[in-house]
Amino acid sequence: MTSTVDTAADASRSTPPSGLVAVAHAPGWVRYALLAVGLAVAVWLPNGLYPAVAVDILCWALFAVAVDLLLGFTGLMSFGHAAFWGASAYVTGLVAIHAGLPFPLAVLAGALAAALLAVPIGYLAVKRTGIYFAMVTLAFAQMVYYVANEWRSVTQGENGLQGVPRSFPGLDLTDDYYFYYAILPIVLLGLAAAWRIVHSPFGRVLVGIRDNPARARALGYPVHRYKLTAFVLSGFIAGLGGGLFAVGHRFVSLDVLHWTTSGKAVIVVVLGGIGTLWGGVLGAAIVVRLEDWLSFSGFEAIGLVTGGIFVLVVVLFRRGIWGSAAALARRLALRRR
Amino acid sequence: MSGFAQNTFNGLVSGAFYALLALGLAVIFGMLRVVNFAHGAFYMLGAFGAYVLLSEAGVPFWAALVIMPVGLGLLGMALERAVIHRLTKLDPLYNFLLTFGLTLILQDLVKLRYGVQSSPYATPALLDGTVNFGLFDFPTYRVFILGFAVLLCVAVWWVLTRTRIGMVVRASTERPDLTRAFGIDVGRWVTPVFGFGIGLAGLAGVLAAPMRAVNPLMGTDLIIVVFAVVVIGGLGSIFGSVAAGFGIGLVQAWGEAYLSNFPIVSQTIVFVVMAGVLLWRPAGLFGREEAPA
Repeated sequence: MTSTVDTAADASRSTPPSGLVAVAHAPGWVRYALLAVGLAVAVWLPNGLYPAVAVDILCWALFAVAVDLLLGFTGLMSFGHAAFWGASAYVTGLVAIHAGLPFPLAVLAGALAAALLAVPIGYLAVKRTGIYFAMVTLAFAQMVYYVANEWRSVTQGENGLQGVPRSFPGLDLTDDYYFYYAILPIVLLGLAAAWRIVHSPFGRVLVGIRDNPARARALGYPVHRYKLTAFVLSGFIAGLGGGLFAVGHRFVSLDVLHWTTSGKAVIVVVLGGIGTLWGGVLGAAIVVRLEDWLSFSGFEAIGLVTGGIFVLVVVLFRRGIWGSAAALARRLALRRR
Repeated sequence: MSGFAQNTFNGLVSGAFYALLALGLAVIFGMLRVVNFAHGAFYMLGAFGAYVLLSEAGVPFWAALVIMPVGLGLLGMALERAVIHRLTKLDPLYNFLLTFGLTLILQDLVKLRYGVQSSPYATPALLDGTVNFGLFDFPTYRVFILGFAVLLCVAVWWVLTRTRIGMVVRASTERPDLTRAFGIDVGRWVTPVFGFGIGLAGLAGVLAAPMRAVNPLMGTDLIIVVFAVVVIGGLGSIFGSVAAGFGIGLVQAWGEAYLSNFPIVSQTIVFVVMAGVLLWRPAGLFGREEAPA
């Protein structure tokens, strides 16, 4: 009975949000070439940008991919992913400060905590779909925010956690430039994991659920359990990003749990292209770079610009950058044939 | 006993704000299938507009109570025509994102001009002071808000259930295609209904100005709680949204009063209630479960 709640909304949805029919496939050589270019850019990045900004881009790339795993490949728009990003940031910070573990272990602890938090929230949220799912996740994330705000003995409230160490045996990572290369393997692992999930049989079932939940259910797939698993995996990956973000900034503030952070993650994905996975990485790079540039130039109303991007992208550019590029490439390939 | 009555009264007053906002959300959602994230921003604009009108043009509260809802309602209608209208045929998530973006823009525009500090707004002279109903002294202004909100909700309910306009709106909400087949122009009603919902949010904002801190961020924290309220009540149900609004106001006030040793509890109680409702009746207390597709 519970599973039938939003089926009318599902039925009225004529196309999935991405407008994609299935996981896109480019010819092999194109994919390898893109992979090579992507890796080259990732290795070059802190030489071309301020290294601290490059670190932020990596963290946000994980966050975006985590959100896209749900939005693009499961058809669930989480508007509360700051809960996992932020919870992991706090746990990572606390573990790093109090246990003095090497930072990758602290980040792992944070991501596991985020995944653990995703279990009850996901369990409740997957009972609804569509717009209700967005509202429910947003509400629970706000709850986490309030708890962190009130639980001052642990989170330091509005002061934030100060002095999160970047410890790693035998390495001095105080310089952002070296820190970037220290976290790059972790980020690439996280991105590869997301790619693996999407291209696994499990990921195919998720796409099937996205496109037609009733059929997936009729075929015997436990839809709720698949969605919950996807939600927890997504929480874990968002947690990886949040933990690295905490270590990167050496500081955790309540902002990491704020609803604007959840919203920013979604717009990064939409800008990059829903259901494209790597589009989110691109979107993260653009938004982080833009915000850094705006705050550097002393522009105060950043919300004006991010809000404007939101409106423009949603009204005019719903396929996003990656989605538009893929569509263009497909059209060119067809013409040549 | 008088303590309990006082807490209950205060709960109903803050519930009145939830109810007014939830009512607007529910009416808009019913007609357009749009969850308007910017609802909180319009509430803020209502309060800020009242403040600016008073401090910069000397326009009194009573005039603002008419000007702001009408003005914001018209702005809402323009907005619906300009952008929201283009996205209603798509997944509702797009309009949620669009109105989220609008919220950031509206908030920052106000912040840019007036800063983030809270501005004071004097209670109108007529409603200053207290009334005594025997148990304790009720602040007159809060009594006024409660009465006004209840009257408004009843009026909206009356219009929706007892008039021809209401009949058309309800029919086009529930079965737009069938209503169209009866020769009723459904599209004609979409824009006014959206404007009406926005007007309600603006009205709630003006009402809030004398008793809450007027600042650019006052709307959004509130709207997230209102989202929880409509999930609890069932967004498809107008009665459910209003009832849940008052109910959550009560629960919060009681929580604050009797669990004051646990500030975490009183702030998060609405979300705990939401979790319970999702477990017990995922469609919301008054929401209908749709027939399986």
